[in-house]
Amino acid sequence: MLNKDQIAQRIAKEVQNGQYINLGIGIPTLVANYIPDDLEVVLQSENGLLGIGPFPTEDKVDPDLINAGKQTITMSKGSALFNSSESFAMIRGGHVHLTILGAMEVSENGDIANWKIPGKMVKGMGGAMDLVASAENIIVAMQHCSKDGQSKLLKECSLPITGIRCVKKIVTDLAVVEVLPEGGFRLLERAPGVSVQEIIDKTEGRMLVEGEIPEMSF
Amino acid sequence: MINKTVANAEVAVADVFSNAVLMLGGFGLSGIPENSIKALLARDLHGLTCISNNAGVDDFGIGLMLQKRMVKKMISSYVGENAEFERQLLSGELEVELIPQGTLAERVRAGGAGIPAFFTPAGVGTEVADGKELREFDGKLYLLERWLKADFAFVKAWKGDTAGNLIFKGTARNFNPMMAAAGKITIAEVEELVPAGELNPNEIHTPGIYVQRIFQGKDYEKRIEQRTVSRK
Repeated sequence: MLNKDQIAQRIAKEVQNGQYINLGIGIPTLVANYIPDDLEVVLQSENGLLGIGPFPTEDKVDPDLINAGKQTITMSKGSALFNSSESFAMIRGGHVHLTILGAMEVSENGDIANWKIPGKMVKGMGGAMDLVASAENIIVAMQHCSKDGQSKLLKECSLPITGIRCVKKIVTDLAVVEVLPEGGFRLLERAPGVSVQEIIDKTEGRMLVEGEIPEMSF
Repeated sequence: MINKTVANAEVAVADVFSNAVLMLGGFGLSGIPENSIKALLARDLHGLTCISNNAGVDDFGIGLMLQKRMVKKMISSYVGENAEFERQLLSGELEVELIPQGTLAERVRAGGAGIPAFFTPAGVGTEVADGKELREFDGKLYLLERWLKADFAFVKAWKGDTAGNLIFKGTARNFNPMMAAAGKITIAEVEELVPAGELNPNEIHTPGIYVQRIFQGKDYEKRIEQRTVSRK
């Protein structure tokens, strides 16, 4: 089973040279730590920055410079600042190549739920609905099962939806899973020490397993 | 040049009335109109509708207006940092419209730009689309969203001049420029107020035409929600 950092590390392998990328809150934010130095990519923060740099040292903390998770950040070389309307114009306009975000549930046709638990948790969708409605490639980072053991890879989402037919790939603590264009999950890789059967058992939606499933490498 | 300067926050907010619709700039606690919020708190107001991306935290920003029960309705995209907000919402004391962040930004922009409605893909297939017109363009579904306007817009900038021209710093710009344009009366507070002519016109983010009142802010706390540092 992977820990959060290992999930982030595996997702970082999906990043390609020259991409503009939006990282969501939580595990996705950790992906930045594992993007290889020889790739030139630009991280977008939907509160108005292209070019997120590392977290600041104590003496460089600036309250006027935060990411979408409200963490203090720095700007990388060649950064640009802009307002929220412009930020979502670049998101909706399809200029951001890759979106990585967390989820509470993903369905086998690529629907994602991550913003609300009726009667219990109301935090709001933030920028997630805009991101999933527009990005050409959406990768979800999440645990395979909820804390009480329920599969989060479902036939249909039970929670309110954030976006429909949008997730392309899911990286969990157990597996790398593709969402097929015609619907259904396909198992691509398994976490070290995790069996194909365990992954199938912990996936409620349809899971296609073809041939030998390799262990993830980092 | 028209001089927009007023003496202080108290003067700037003196005519805000109960049941008014307000816009407040900021993302999280970054770029929020701290001085105007403080001045509003000192007034006996109720039934306000507040349009703001977030609702502050329990003891700072709009959170303080919620504590005082000044707010009837919030229109926001993310309110996760405010326990009092969540409590008032779940108990039904507070009316809330949660909308996607990009839709919120564009609705405000549309309000300032005289565009009554627009189509966006955000929220298609979700409860955000309930009751809204859906239309297909080039094989993809979009939903119709309306503009947002306000009786008063409160924005916070880094520098401003007496003509109301504004320059923002870092990610504290966020919703402030669009809200400046969407307010019937826009009140700008700035960290540094200079005479007209001292700011470089090439660097103005918000032209003074959108700003009705401007004042020199003071005692900025600029609270940080998630102070995150690296060791090296």
